[in-house]
Amino acid sequence: MSLRKFFASPTEPALLLAAAVFAAGAWVMPAWLAFLLTLALAKALVVLGVVIQMRAGLVSFGQALFYCIGGYGVGLASQYLGVGDAFALLALGTVAATLMALACGWLLTRYREIFYAMLTLALSMILYGVLVKSSALGSTDGFNVSPPSFLGWVPEGDARKRTLYLLTVFAAGAVALGFHRFMVSSLGRVTEAVRENEIRVEYLGLSPQRMLFANYVLAACVSGLGGGLTALASGHIDPDMAIWTTSGEFVFIAILGGTGHVVAPFIGAIVFSVLRTFAIQEAPNTWQMTLGITLLALILFLPKGLWSLVDRSKPEVSA
Amino acid sequence: MTTLLAILIDGAIYASWLFLVAAGMTIIYGVMRVLNMAHGSFYAIGAYSAASLVSWYFSGEHGGPYWSLLILPACAIVAGAIIGLAIEQGLLRFLRGSDEILMVIVTYALLLILEDATKLIWGVNPYFAYQPYKLLGQTAFGAHLRFANYDLMLIGVAIVIGLLAWAALNRTNKGRLLRAVIHDREIAIAMGVNVNAMFAATFAIGAILGALAGALTAPAISVSPGIGVEVIVLAFAVIVVGGLGSIGGAAAGAVLVGLSRSFAVHIAPEIELFVIYGVMFLVLAIRPQGLFGQTLARRI
Amino acid sequence: MQSKLCNSHHTFRLSAIAATLSLMAAVSTGANAADNGKYRIGVVTFLSGAAAGPFGVPAANSAKLLVEALNNGKVPAPYGKKGINGLEIEMVLLDENGGATKQTEEFRNLVQRQKVDAVIGYISSGDCLAIAPAAEELGVPTIFFDCGTSKVFEVVKNPKYLFRTGLDSVVDNIAAAHYVAEARPNVKTIASIQQNYAWGQEAWADFALAFSRIKPESKVVSEQWPKLGQGQYGAEISALSVSNPDLIHSSFWGGDMEALMLQGGARGLFDKKTVVLTAGETGMEHFKGQVANGTILGGRGPFGAFSPKNALNDWFRPAFIAQFKESPTYPAYKMAQAILGLKAAAEKGAKAGAMPTADQVVQGLAGLSYEAPSGTVNMARTKGHQAVQSVSFGEYQFDAKSGKATLTKVKTYAGECVMPPDGTAPADWIKAGFPGAKCN
Repeated sequence: MSLRKFFASPTEPALLLAAAVFAAGAWVMPAWLAFLLTLALAKALVVLGVVIQMRAGLVSFGQALFYCIGGYGVGLASQYLGVGDAFALLALGTVAATLMALACGWLLTRYREIFYAMLTLALSMILYGVLVKSSALGSTDGFNVSPPSFLGWVPEGDARKRTLYLLTVFAAGAVALGFHRFMVSSLGRVTEAVRENEIRVEYLGLSPQRMLFANYVLAACVSGLGGGLTALASGHIDPDMAIWTTSGEFVFIAILGGTGHVVAPFIGAIVFSVLRTFAIQEAPNTWQMTLGITLLALILFLPKGLWSLVDRSKPEVSA
Repeated sequence: MTTLLAILIDGAIYASWLFLVAAGMTIIYGVMRVLNMAHGSFYAIGAYSAASLVSWYFSGEHGGPYWSLLILPACAIVAGAIIGLAIEQGLLRFLRGSDEILMVIVTYALLLILEDATKLIWGVNPYFAYQPYKLLGQTAFGAHLRFANYDLMLIGVAIVIGLLAWAALNRTNKGRLLRAVIHDREIAIAMGVNVNAMFAATFAIGAILGALAGALTAPAISVSPGIGVEVIVLAFAVIVVGGLGSIGGAAAGAVLVGLSRSFAVHIAPEIELFVIYGVMFLVLAIRPQGLFGQTLARRI
Repeated sequence: MQSKLCNSHHTFRLSAIAATLSLMAAVSTGANAADNGKYRIGVVTFLSGAAAGPFGVPAANSAKLLVEALNNGKVPAPYGKKGINGLEIEMVLLDENGGATKQTEEFRNLVQRQKVDAVIGYISSGDCLAIAPAAEELGVPTIFFDCGTSKVFEVVKNPKYLFRTGLDSVVDNIAAAHYVAEARPNVKTIASIQQNYAWGQEAWADFALAFSRIKPESKVVSEQWPKLGQGQYGAEISALSVSNPDLIHSSFWGGDMEALMLQGGARGLFDKKTVVLTAGETGMEHFKGQVANGTILGGRGPFGAFSPKNALNDWFRPAFIAQFKESPTYPAYKMAQAILGLKAAAEKGAKAGAMPTADQVVQGLAGLSYEAPSGTVNMARTKGHQAVQSVSFGEYQFDAKSGKATLTKVKTYAGECVMPPDGTAPADWIKAGFPGAKCN
């Protein structure tokens, strides 16, 4: 099997190379940077979920629902089911998020535009309310997630955070590759058609709702993984993971990065983390305003996100 | 029996407050198709201006206390008009015709900016304007239940504003033009309606209503950072339930949500935290466009 | 796919990634190393959001005042030495707003990028619980100055670097139960209105349990759980009015507390009823005539209006008022005693003029007994990592003529009276009837 046939497009070896560079950096970069990147890449996975839906023409203002379910799945499994293995925990969190999406998705994908955004928001706020009410789950304090083991091996000290970083890079690389394959597949292409004109897609004999439902579940799965990774990395989960301003942050990053390429959410997430840390440090009293102005500037001057800066060579959108 | 009375009156008061908060937002959406997330900031600005002005009024001997009741709406009109026109002419004008979702994100950015702006102008300490709240006295219902007449007055204000809005839309020429614009913007432009001026006026009126809700609420609360963000999601729920763009819908949504919440607090406190979202979910599941919303035709 | 386009795609992608990485590097080198001969303290507290006004900003102001005064040697004995151990203090102030996940990231930034020598902060219990393991992992002396959760030392069972110089909220509510039983012996029915989140849920659970233990014949007639930040309590006040309790307990704080007092007062909720506000001291200057005389207020310890008269308080209180034009409330006092505790610990272990190491600081602070504007602070619990102090409650009195608010009938409960011993869960200790409590 020649290499050319193995990869669907030259994007893929580039992605693998980027992932390798990030992974190699684990031994070179300062610890705080590795931690920032871990959280940023995990967040980027959730943003990828938002982007998946944006490509279908829907903006989800409640993606934090799956982010939170992924995180709480990991936390609860670790605390109450005694699961210690990182891979098992992540699988449980992702499965929990996917199940939730399967349950709600068919109803939600009947709606479009503002109603879709509001309903997704409502769902995430209902979860928030349930979690805040539950003092058994720690209410707004949440609870801590103990450090996981990796297929039997328990790292200590510096190696602990480094292993989580590598795990996150690996997960991000795998998801990026998978999503790229998805984008160039027939389902991915039809999804964009649904965004452009749903009725014509119906005339073609396809069911837009089924497409949107598939996208919704896929987005939830990826977001749940992101939530699980965040829970493992930061060691803490709380109901704020489900609140609508968290969803707003994901939408912000989606806009920041753009929807044009699979790498865009990752770049957006990293830039956002740096931006926010800088804003909090330099302007502790006005960092929200800084973010707001940045968002406005982006929309006015760079509506396709940061990726459009990189992508000037391509005359048209997608893949 | 007292509990039933309490539920009804609390529900009415809360519904009036919700209507006042949501009316501006639904008008703006109906005319301009902009779901204004910064509406919470208008509310906050109205509350802060009113609180500042009322405390200034009472700190010196500026006149009889009953005039303070007029300061509240006056404040709201001025503050709302200024900020509404500034935003519409300074920013939104350039984004007309953009995708609805994009406008949501633009107004979200505005919300972030205005949150910190109000913090910079007014600081983080709370403001109080409590004097007008006690001015009108209390009314007793039964042995233990008492309501402040100020809150009961709010019910009256909400009804008056609702009727004014209805009359303006249905009985004046400008109102008819506005309804035409709401129904079909392109044809209205083709017919020669000055849509640009209508948009500026509508946004200003929506901002004024938001600021009015804040100003009228200010005497009852402690005006502090974050009060704007709290009301946004509530307002969304109300106007989505009632039907986006419809004043009657906002009223119906407010009554439904208000009574549900009041019922929950008195009878079923466990569901109080999410009764609003639950109502929203139920209504949208049964009638996807809201109670009074227009069914949108699918365009090819 | 044509290869020409793809090659340029390659380059663009890689250059984008390279650009991002170099941005990172630039940011990292931009941070100063702390090898500049100054003692660097990270102070984390709310500078935005609802908790900024009542808690975060007074605490931040107190920190600024203390650091400046210490650097100029203006603090009375035994803190006369300049800065910390003769080294100038440098403060990095961070906003605690934004959620626990973000705070863990910022904590690591503080310690690993900005290389602070110690961290003092955290008002929100959620943030404290999230930061606690990180503090131990990174090995930096960390002092929680305010958070009220009783679970801090359950999450970190054998702390080495983590300390708390303030009290948790369990003692507030046990003391409140004692005070009410003594000051209002005829109370038969009680009601609750709490903000529906961890703080409120735990406060009511502790108070209800303690009060039912002290006065078993009492009954709870109503529990109201409005949302945090709700601001308007029409329905809740109606429900409370209808249930007609003798006593209303509330752990409300900030704008919510003031709104509740305003709205309740205007509707006659507090006529012939007593209200207990466990965090009420922060609102004393704002209440004026709106709150009924006789309302029971707590200050989470001997702080603010409850603070004793001593040399440090005689300096602290006027200095704070002069600089910030308002009286220092309990967050300001708690921040002050955290900083003074750090200074005392650092100077105990290190040689004069040398930079105190982390180990010297933690060894000095564990079990230390030191003086603060609030009196003596004994780091006597959890192997010397948790402070023990008394808790006071009093009744609010407002003199309309002079416009001044005071506290009367103040009762102070020693730490040994209201704090469960190490290893005992608070709920179990209360249910057992406070065994081993040493009350006067």
